[in-house]
Amino acid sequence: MSKSLTLLKRMPVTAMVGLLLTFSFLIMAVFAPWLAPYSMSESVGDMWMGPSAEFWLGTDNLGRDLLSRLMYGARTTMTIAALATALAFSIGSVLGILAAVYGGWVDQAISRGVDIVMSIPTLIFALVILSVMPSTMLMLILIMGILDSTRVFRISRAVAVNINVMDFVEAARLRGEGKRWIVFREILPNALTPLVAELGLRFIFAVLFLSSLSFLGLGVQPPEADWGSMVRENRQGIVFGVPAALIPAAAIALLAISVNLVADWILRQTTDLKGGRSG
Amino acid sequence: MADTLLDIRNLTIEATAYPPGEAPQEITIVNGVSLTLERGKVLGLIGESGAGKSTIGLSPAGYGRGGIRLSGEVWVNGRDILQGSPKALRQLRGKEVCYVAQSAAAAFNPAHTLMEQVIETTLLHGLATRKEAEARAVELFKQLGLPDPENFGSRYPHQVSGGQLQRAMTAMALCPEPDLIIFDEPTTALDVTTQIDVLAAIKHAIKTTGVGALYITHDLAVVAQVADDILVLRQGDKVEMGSAAQIIESPQEPYTQALVSVRSIDHTPKAPTDTPILSVENVSAAYSNSGNNVLDGISMDLSAGQTLAIVGESGSGKSTLARVITGLLPPNKGQVSFQSQPLPGTLGARNKETLRELQMIYQMADVAMNPRHTVETIIGRPLTFYFGLKGKARRARVIELLDEIELGEGFIDRYPAELSGGQKQRVCIARALAAKPKLIICDEVTSALDPLVADGILKLLLRLQAQENVAYLFITHDLATVKAIADSIAVMHRGKVVRYGERDNVLSPPFDDYTQKLLASVPQMKLGWLEEALTTHTA
Repeated sequence: MSKSLTLLKRMPVTAMVGLLLTFSFLIMAVFAPWLAPYSMSESVGDMWMGPSAEFWLGTDNLGRDLLSRLMYGARTTMTIAALATALAFSIGSVLGILAAVYGGWVDQAISRGVDIVMSIPTLIFALVILSVMPSTMLMLILIMGILDSTRVFRISRAVAVNINVMDFVEAARLRGEGKRWIVFREILPNALTPLVAELGLRFIFAVLFLSSLSFLGLGVQPPEADWGSMVRENRQGIVFGVPAALIPAAAIALLAISVNLVADWILRQTTDLKGGRSG
Repeated sequence: MADTLLDIRNLTIEATAYPPGEAPQEITIVNGVSLTLERGKVLGLIGESGAGKSTIGLSPAGYGRGGIRLSGEVWVNGRDILQGSPKALRQLRGKEVCYVAQSAAAAFNPAHTLMEQVIETTLLHGLATRKEAEARAVELFKQLGLPDPENFGSRYPHQVSGGQLQRAMTAMALCPEPDLIIFDEPTTALDVTTQIDVLAAIKHAIKTTGVGALYITHDLAVVAQVADDILVLRQGDKVEMGSAAQIIESPQEPYTQALVSVRSIDHTPKAPTDTPILSVENVSAAYSNSGNNVLDGISMDLSAGQTLAIVGESGSGKSTLARVITGLLPPNKGQVSFQSQPLPGTLGARNKETLRELQMIYQMADVAMNPRHTVETIIGRPLTFYFGLKGKARRARVIELLDEIELGEGFIDRYPAELSGGQKQRVCIARALAAKPKLIICDEVTSALDPLVADGILKLLLRLQAQENVAYLFITHDLATVKAIADSIAVMHRGKVVRYGERDNVLSPPFDDYTQKLLASVPQMKLGWLEEALTTHTA
């Protein structure tokens, strides 16, 4: 307990700000139904009303409250992004370490497969699949997770290859340990540091990716709110000087920056591969 | 005082450490050390790692590694250089004070020829024209005994050997005709047979040019050959300073006495028994499909409860032999037998019982343990894996083993990062011991350790052998270690066994050429050894 307290005390201001903002986004997302002043899909005013005491952030192209939609949108965006990232890490890191541990043709097969997937631009790949498949939440998570896992695979394989040649892994092999022990007990704990830092970045990429998909109309479908689709719905307003499209865009940027600040800090905290305590 | 070149008065060096998750700590690296060096003399700085010898050695160049705070006075040629401006320091470095680093391979720029780099500082300071500098460099190459001195300079660093590179670096330091050269462990990374040549070249160059030198090393036997005076350091404190003869022949302080008398283990070798526990017959092995055999027709036997030492320079194939025996590299010819049973060539084909009976201890204890596991997991895993011990029973056995290796219960919850070098190696020994093995392969287990710590490890290994009747296959390049613990010895050279037999037979004449050279190259802790060795060398 005292340990985490001193950790908090020594936290730089940037990380503090990042953590604070990330938490408020999180609270916004979790408690959206209770916090939001209006319903997500109900027209409560005229279209594109400016900010007022009644509508803090104004209304959108159909007269719905922007603040409420932003809160519900945070929920959808962050859930999909988080689940997709989790999926990407489960697949990517395990496959990456396995490729490093087995080496030889197993490594070749997985790595070349990943190369093929990576050689196709992700956005176009996702658009092609989504134009045939229904844009459900599950589908989005699966596609984003699998596409992103190729990036995670690259990193975890690179890290694991270096750890795999260390004497302690050889010692485990000489002891006769199975692959499961080597992957999960010898290599994974030592690969965790770069992977955790990458987790933060990947989450942000997932948010951006989802927003792009939604902006293009193939992501989250109306009337469900999502930051990317909110930008899309309100983009016409910009021509008339209505800032409604800029508000969800700003939310995306703010979330990206704050999560990055936290990820940076975690990376700095745990770069010491030698130390076992702080882990 | 006229001929005093270097005068360090009350030098204190401090730094701030930032342990993760804790408050910053002030550390004193060097604690008020004073020394003087006369022009043309050589002062040896000796101590274990962490003694502050390199840090002191760098101070006459006015240089401290990042984050270091120097206080005190460092007078070079009558000026206190700690007060000097950066510009004054630039004038000093490379002109009056030069530096020879430990790893010449890392200190040369691979993209330039040796000549370019040897004369660089001389030209930079405008001390000579290019032509003069090159002529001087060739002269130095000649003095240092480098082959083909006229054309040596036109080669690139990767085209010459490690020993030659170290000599080229000495030429680089000598070229601007400085008053003081700092040698920082110049021969530590070299094989003994190369070390003796480099040592002789350095000594000869110092004598002929009349340059003053600080010679930093952890090897007392080496420094005794080149230094006029020796300063013994320990943890930043001056222990003793005196002439080389006085330090070697009548050391005053207990610590110096321990350093001088290190490797005085008394071990009477046992005669081999009829049935060997490990038998290597005519084994050859190669990496990948290169066709170059790293091992070529190796045969040797090891009896139960005894120690077979494998000696050789780097590249002699001794570690490869260990990989063949452990099953990491299948041999392409020959057979390894363990307890009269043929050992399968690959790891996968061996059963758990064989794996248990054959354990290994590594050179670098740091990387031989998972940094994310505690000592309990590290030592306890073989207990669970081979004997199914769990929970309290396992913890009790781990504590027992910790007592065996003279560490005790207090270490059980520590991580490897919280252990010293010697303690780490002890934990590795306990891990090997936990499997109750019949044979332990020790791959250079003491070469990364300071002499006194290494001594403790060797004594521990000998005691455990007597207690558990375990056999050791002991791989090393250090003949002093071999004398201390081996029952039989195999000398390896370029993948072949050149000499093999019981310890006293191998180490007594008549010798073959290579063993003769190897034995003569081991520095001995007496004055004038280098000259003696060189005369027999050439004779």
